[in-house]
Amino acid sequence: MTSLTIVRKIAARPSIVFDAITTPEGIAHWWGPDAGPVLLAETDVRVGGRYRVRFRMLDGTEHESSGEYREVAKPERLAMTWRWAGGAEDPGESLVEIDLRAVAEGTELSFTHSRLHDEETRRGHLDGWNGALDKLERYFNKSKGDHHDHP
Amino acid sequence: MANYHEQLDRTFAALVDPTRRAILARLEREDGASVTELARPFAIKLPAVMKHLDVLGDAGLIRRSKVGRTVTVRLAPDPMREAVEWLRRYERFWTGSLDRLAAYAEDKEAKARKDDP
Repeated sequence: MTSLTIVRKIAARPSIVFDAITTPEGIAHWWGPDAGPVLLAETDVRVGGRYRVRFRMLDGTEHESSGEYREVAKPERLAMTWRWAGGAEDPGESLVEIDLRAVAEGTELSFTHSRLHDEETRRGHLDGWNGALDKLERYFNKSKGDHHDHP
Repeated sequence: MANYHEQLDRTFAALVDPTRRAILARLEREDGASVTELARPFAIKLPAVMKHLDVLGDAGLIRRSKVGRTVTVRLAPDPMREAVEWLRRYERFWTGSLDRLAAYAEDKEAKARKDDP
């Protein structure tokens, strides 16, 4: 569960989706958790090339992430490392993988963000993590009292 | 923030082990179980169970209390809640981003079709 997978169907052909993900102009339209603006987007889309994106959230906080492209196979697949800029807030390097498959509706996008936590966790047996966490989550939601908020 | 990530490290490290996850899942159903009760379903000896409880205790995931000769174990919700919240933030980041990515690409597709039907 230190990885996150999202599958989406998009009514656009894979090459258009791929460009939206990899060009600064495309990134400026969607990157970030809310409607806050993208302040900077740089991409060098080739294996070993780097990207850097800075965005502002609606609450005024600014965040930046950067990394290196590991696999570039237009328009089917993109893999890149991911790291938040920000000193003590930095939880290390993680991996983003995006697969684009042509389907009747357009594109099926499979997105995975993995290695989200430390090396020890990564090497561990993560099977069963999901179920255990889900159950515990139910418990903790049940007993939810105070509110925790981290940037 | 450094402390926050140290706590997350401890939480995730504690959760890597299947026996420790099983102990937590059991406590979810039966909060306040005794150490002896917790040890019963496992094929390992009591001292080994005690070691797992030490790891969970050090990570702040459980609290032990002694009444007479019985040690009872309770879940401590805060570190798990923070771990769940931490993962949720990534989920929010990407679901929000991918929603707008889809809208943008679909708009591009519509324009491409209009230009070249």
